[in-house]
Amino acid sequence: MASSIGRAGPQTTMAPRDPDNPATPPAVVTVRGLTKTYRASGGWRRRAAGPAPRPANDAVDLRITAGEIFGLLGPNGAGKTTLVRQLTGLLRPDAGTVSLLGHDVVRHPELASRLLAYLGQEAGALDELTVSLAAETTARLRGLDLAAARAARDEVLGELGLEPLADRPLKRLSGGQRRLACVAAALAGDRPLLVLDEPTAGMDPVARRAVWSAIDRRRAERGATVLLVTHNVLEAETVLDRVAVLDAGRVIACDTPAGLKTLVDAHVRLDLVWRGEPPSTVPEIDRLRSLARVTGRRWTLRLPQERAREVVATVTRGEAFAALDDFTLATPSLEDVYLALGGRGEGLTRQ
Amino acid sequence: MTLIERVRDDHTMTEAAQVPEGRAPLAPSARPLPALAAVYRAQLSRARVARVPLLFVATFQSIGIMILMRGVVDGGAGAEANAVVAGSSVLVVAFVALNLLAQYFGQLRTGGLDHYATLPVPAAAVVLGTAAAYASFTVPGVAVTAVTGALLYQLPLGGLWLLLAVVPLAGAALAGLGAALGLLAPRPELATLAGQLGMSAALLLGVLPAGRLPEPLRWTRELLPSSYGVDALAEMFEPAPDAGLVVAHLGVCAGVGVLALALATWAYRRAARA
Repeated sequence: MASSIGRAGPQTTMAPRDPDNPATPPAVVTVRGLTKTYRASGGWRRRAAGPAPRPANDAVDLRITAGEIFGLLGPNGAGKTTLVRQLTGLLRPDAGTVSLLGHDVVRHPELASRLLAYLGQEAGALDELTVSLAAETTARLRGLDLAAARAARDEVLGELGLEPLADRPLKRLSGGQRRLACVAAALAGDRPLLVLDEPTAGMDPVARRAVWSAIDRRRAERGATVLLVTHNVLEAETVLDRVAVLDAGRVIACDTPAGLKTLVDAHVRLDLVWRGEPPSTVPEIDRLRSLARVTGRRWTLRLPQERAREVVATVTRGEAFAALDDFTLATPSLEDVYLALGGRGEGLTRQ
Repeated sequence: MTLIERVRDDHTMTEAAQVPEGRAPLAPSARPLPALAAVYRAQLSRARVARVPLLFVATFQSIGIMILMRGVVDGGAGAEANAVVAGSSVLVVAFVALNLLAQYFGQLRTGGLDHYATLPVPAAAVVLGTAAAYASFTVPGVAVTAVTGALLYQLPLGGLWLLLAVVPLAGAALAGLGAALGLLAPRPELATLAGQLGMSAALLLGVLPAGRLPEPLRWTRELLPSSYGVDALAEMFEPAPDAGLVVAHLGVCAGVGVLALALATWAYRRAARA
């Protein structure tokens, strides 16, 4: 199996999987029509007065097959965490079904914990434990006996390079280190399905690489399936086999990153960073202003390739070039896909 | 049903949900007693790291109260001296088990419960393990307070062995209440507030001799489980303790403890699947 870790460029090898094809691996996660609306809190008066609340998940369908690294991509508030909380049995859906490895976790939410390992966004339960005890206790509570739990702890601390921090309480670590320790706890003890909600948030590149190696090893050696929540476009492009793009509670697209990018491959992204005010005397710059998404001194333009070449020629000479601090021309990313699909586009990160 | 049976019951219910053929096998659940031991060990280490200064505060608070009360209560065995020393000792348990545990579970509800709820561990093992850790964490503070108090008020030290029963039983009742308050409070701040009010009640109603309390407060005192631990310990300072009375007091503590921990377990399940 080709490793998906560390691929820098766009993926070209993965084709969308066809669930009706007998060669398609069996489904590990099957979600049908999953709908969840949070009830308004704060008393009957507010409930009566306000508009009906918008569903956090709206008729979501997903099928994740064995051995996939599958991502949920979307900005904050898109409904990613709500979706995984229903998959993990933490939240009861209003409607729809969730099947994990053939088990109905809407009817039996207590079974989810015996099928999957979950890394949530909060670490409150582990905060005051040492890194070593957090991993060991979690493994024990996954049903391992003491010797097996200690072996699992040693293995995962080694994999993630956490041995030097083993005796430090989580709350005394930096944000990235603490997150790494939580990943260690989540990976201690085998599970066929790993559900990880933004596992690498706040980590440095070395720690990220260690996390992705550990996850990929579980997939390659033990056939684990991974469901990953992210709002990091670069991470989604480099590590995911397939990605479901969520916006306002709905899946607006689901394919390989490469497959999704074919939707927008006629365009390129041009970022212009100005030193100060862009020169208003150049008519072409004035025309671009209305096309650009402006973030401070940065203009982001999505243009057909030919048009982008013309713009680059314009801004790299004369008065415009003198006012230009930096520019980058890039092939489309999943963020561009997201915008092209009608997503609101705020809150995705590219780092 | 005892709590241990309840833990076992949790376990067998999960086992009973074993699923028909054709589906992927389920990993085993954590067995109840090893899970309880793992939670206990983790929580005790957690308490050691984070709560030692608070144990000092609890102990000094109780010793301070005894010193203050020494000004108005005579030394030597007597209902009032017995009540002050026993009440101050049990107050250390109330401070940690009721107040701090309410705070802990109140904070855990803001996201931390997901960690335990996605592990195959019985709810009762988490609640009992945490409550037991908090209760046993109080032992040194209770012992220091009781010995200091007995010396200060010239009471016999021979009956202090009863702390071995008073701390776990009053601890179970108070920790169960603390956990339930923390898990049922709608917001963490309210959990903290409830825990502190509970501790204040234990202070006022436990330390002040019952005979001096007005009638309504005496009734309130009867409702507070720690009072029975106080009364059992106070009886041991008598020259000839009435064993039947001590057992009866501890029996009430144990009964309330079972109920409180069952309530906390129910509250935990409710909070975890919110």
